[in-house]
Amino acid sequence: MHETDMTKALILTVRNWWESQPDRPNITKIHLMVGQFTCVEPAGLQFAFEVQTRQTFLENAALVIQDVPLVAFCHPCQQEYQPEIGRQYACPTCQAPMDDIRSGRELKIDRIEYDGAEVGHLTPDPATR
Amino acid sequence: MHQTFDVALGIDLLHVNQAGADHNRAHFDGWGITCMNIMSSPGAGKTALLERTLAGLHQELAIAVIEGDMTTELDADRLRQYEVPVIAINTGRSCHLDAKMVAGGIHTLEHQYDPHALDLVLVENVGNLVCPAEFEVGEHAKVALLSITEGEDKPLKYPIMFQEADCLLITKVDLAPYLDVNIEQIAANVRQMNPHCTIISVSAKTGEGLEEWFGWVRSRVQASPLTKTHTHA
Repeated sequence: MHETDMTKALILTVRNWWESQPDRPNITKIHLMVGQFTCVEPAGLQFAFEVQTRQTFLENAALVIQDVPLVAFCHPCQQEYQPEIGRQYACPTCQAPMDDIRSGRELKIDRIEYDGAEVGHLTPDPATR
Repeated sequence: MHQTFDVALGIDLLHVNQAGADHNRAHFDGWGITCMNIMSSPGAGKTALLERTLAGLHQELAIAVIEGDMTTELDADRLRQYEVPVIAINTGRSCHLDAKMVAGGIHTLEHQYDPHALDLVLVENVGNLVCPAEFEVGEHAKVALLSITEGEDKPLKYPIMFQEADCLLITKVDLAPYLDVNIEQIAANVRQMNPHCTIISVSAKTGEGLEEWFGWVRSRVQASPLTKTHTHA
């Protein structure tokens, strides 16, 4: 059940952001990106989030999980493909091994929605947007 | 009327663990230690492999073991007979080691032994084919074990650990005559997601493949830029 630990990390990260805001806004949604090529089960995260946020500053917040598909790039074919997780990872066209994962490993808090007066502007990290 | 605002964070969920792993690695680097994270499902033979590795290499490399795969001290006791430091981490019911738990082991190493004298720390992770792969502990190399009794399909079904491994040991190959298993297929299944992985078939029972494994360990220890030049009598 490492989803429990992941959820703890999620709540801690959001709490750090929230406590840095002067007016402690009411957080309504947390958008999380979860790659399909990770060891994380979205349903497990939802359950852990619900349990761990009861009677906390996140009690009214919803966890919105965006599934990110596994996409690999085949260099011999110069094209992207979606490996079939559990069955086949090599390129379906030329059978070259999966060697360049372009997406699907994400475990990332993408953005937060909140109510209230606008607070300080946070610049998104260009590397992750 | 209330307004809704939206702020982009773009923060990796594992950044706390990642920072801890980087911190652990900096300690190892400072001491000139190469760290390997040994992972597999329960019963694939991690402890047996460590026993053979300590027996085979402890004369030429100064090795310590951080032992996470335990609910008792049974595994640690098996390894202590080689007179190397064995630090047992009480993982309770955790399904994996994380950087913080290993930091506790490093703390013990620092205060009860001389880490500057060590070349290699082998971290035996909790037996689990899924979770340990997501949590770096500060290792320089990941070693995955898969025993031939587990079946050819496991790398396809539990890909992350095999995709990230620097070395795969296919274990218990002495059992091959008694099983309908295609060892080549295991290797091929790993290669299609990890073409750079070194794959070695071993048997801790007969010793098959162990020299090749020792050679890989030596090459990784020597590849470490901070390797000490001391010798062991």
